Amino acid sequence: MTLSFIIDALITVIGITTPILLAASGELVVEKSGVINLGVEGMMLVGAITGFAVSFETGNPWIGIAAAAVAGAATSMIFGILVLSLGTNQVATGLALTIFGIGLSSLIGSNYTGFAAMPFDPPFPDEWAQDAILRVFFGHSFFVYFAIIVIFTIGWFLSHTRAGLVLRAVGENDFSAHSIGYSVIGIRYCAIAFGGAVAGIAGADFSMVITPLWAEQMTAGRGWIALALVVFSGWRAGRLLAGAYFFGILMTLELYAKASGYAILPSQFWAAMPYLIAVAVLALISSRDGRSGKEPACLGKPFMPNG
Amino acid sequence: MGNFTRRDFVKAAAAASTLPLLGARANAAEPLKVGFIFLGPIGDYGWTWAHNRGRLELEKELGSQIKTTYVENVKEDASAVPILRDLARQGNKIIFATSFGYMDQVLEVAKEFPDVKFEHCTGFKRAPNVSTYNSRFHEGRAVTGTIAGHVSKSGVIGYLGSFKIPEVVMGVNAFTLAAQAVNPKIQTKLVMIDSWFDPAKETAATQTLANLGCDVIATHTDSPAPLQFCQQKGIFGFGQGADMSKFAPKAHLTAIEDIWGPHYIKRVKDVLAGSWKSDDFWDGIKEGNVKVSPYNASLPKDVQDAANKIIDGYKAGSYDVFTGPIFDQGGTLKVKDGEKMGLGDLATIDWYVKGIQSA
Repeated sequence: MTLSFIIDALITVIGITTPILLAASGELVVEKSGVINLGVEGMMLVGAITGFAVSFETGNPWIGIAAAAVAGAATSMIFGILVLSLGTNQVATGLALTIFGIGLSSLIGSNYTGFAAMPFDPPFPDEWAQDAILRVFFGHSFFVYFAIIVIFTIGWFLSHTRAGLVLRAVGENDFSAHSIGYSVIGIRYCAIAFGGAVAGIAGADFSMVITPLWAEQMTAGRGWIALALVVFSGWRAGRLLAGAYFFGILMTLELYAKASGYAILPSQFWAAMPYLIAVAVLALISSRDGRSGKEPACLGKPFMPNG
Repeated sequence: MGNFTRRDFVKAAAAASTLPLLGARANAAEPLKVGFIFLGPIGDYGWTWAHNRGRLELEKELGSQIKTTYVENVKEDASAVPILRDLARQGNKIIFATSFGYMDQVLEVAKEFPDVKFEHCTGFKRAPNVSTYNSRFHEGRAVTGTIAGHVSKSGVIGYLGSFKIPEVVMGVNAFTLAAQAVNPKIQTKLVMIDSWFDPAKETAATQTLANLGCDVIATHTDSPAPLQFCQQKGIFGFGQGADMSKFAPKAHLTAIEDIWGPHYIKRVKDVLAGSWKSDDFWDGIKEGNVKVSPYNASLPKDVQDAANKIIDGYKAGSYDVFTGPIFDQGGTLKVKDGEKMGLGDLATIDWYVKGIQSA
């Protein structure tokens, strides 16, 4: 095993991990505020088609990424209005948002199948990426660095800033936060919009870099894996980062094992995995007793200040 | 309708009285209605796209003699039943159901409409008014395997599969046998990604195969994502289902195209002539069901000639990639020297040939 072999494998790991890490980071902030949004997959798809279409039409990938963030946030606002202002059930509304996102992205995308995305060059100079070792640090797309910056910023924000403390307070005890004068609904709207914007950018990673094309449902269930990661990380940014990379390594190992002639587990198991994870998440979030002690106390509960 | 006067009524009645007459005349030249149900959107650039292209060819060929209707995004579950029933009630006289998972739904609806003909793609259950049809895609894979055998410098080629089903097993076997006919030392690394469509995993699997030394990678999944990676990496691949050269102008050596038009034209003509009978079709290069796209201009002349030889061999019936001796992975002789595998054996094949490395 040579160094360049390991670096190539690492690049695959990083590529697989990045969109999941990004989407999970956004959802972490949403859940910390006491709201669970199961619409991650739908918001990612809306971001994917928006990022592709806008960068395709304008010729500028940066405008595409900005548009993906706006589209993801706008989609999440549908969820926000329903659960925050109208008090609908968060689990049901989130599931509906995923179905809506799949449909909407397919509709917009029907004119964009069969085209390759415009090339989106990595932010660092090409010479650095050519070097055998340096490329593991400097050879990636914008999204890889952005995901790392986002998760570290969130970790710092939640534990070291006053605003982070307020966000957590809203998620832990909404009535107390309300009674000392914080706008619970307003803060939750901000958190949901942030989660939507980041999910939209995660989606754009698919359609602009990982597979530079648009295809219906191209995220293929990654939104569910992101949701699972938030639960399994115990709502901690550091563990979320580690968990995302653990998942990426596992998935890459599976491919290497298969290509080398070893089956770690029967292939039916791997085929069923996204669904198994989705079921596990739904089971975990719906059973009170099964929840970890670290979860935000108000997660999933509607807040009605006058009710 | 507020101002509907008596005069209007008289006009309408007069017009209506001529209707039966018009109806009778229209009936004589009434176009034959042809229905289709599709698994994906017609813009999927893969399986459904190819079936829709067949439908358009049919329209072009038969013009005003027929009228086609299609329904996209039909799931392979019970929801296909009312859609098929509606198409039959709307007067479609022949209905094509274009995916494996519509099998039992087609048979159920076919029982209710004995005078409507049904054709089920890739299935194996038939009835007096239900035919089945499929393509010998593996013939195209013998062509791409021949090219891979010439182009590969490392002697290690990759195959990205979906599931271990006969169609995929047949495909990787044909690809490998054809490559070994060029270079007996060729090894094929096979990865199944447990999905027909997961572009991110297809890309990751292609990266893996490339890192393990494969310099030509064939795909048996539906997206052009693997080709895009081959293009970046400077290695080679093939389009699947359609010419995908615009996604990867350098890496795309050729593609295997699914051509359904000739079958649709033939069967609809049979219905028009009243000679339609329930049957099973499994056509290939010779009948025009499987087409090899134009070669990449960078492909050397001798390689193009070698590939054309395989195509000509299938057309003349003088070549079959599944001609013995064929050994399985464990070295057991499965097909004796000079013998050919029957289509029945192929349709249920579940073993890989020697030289394939698989999990």
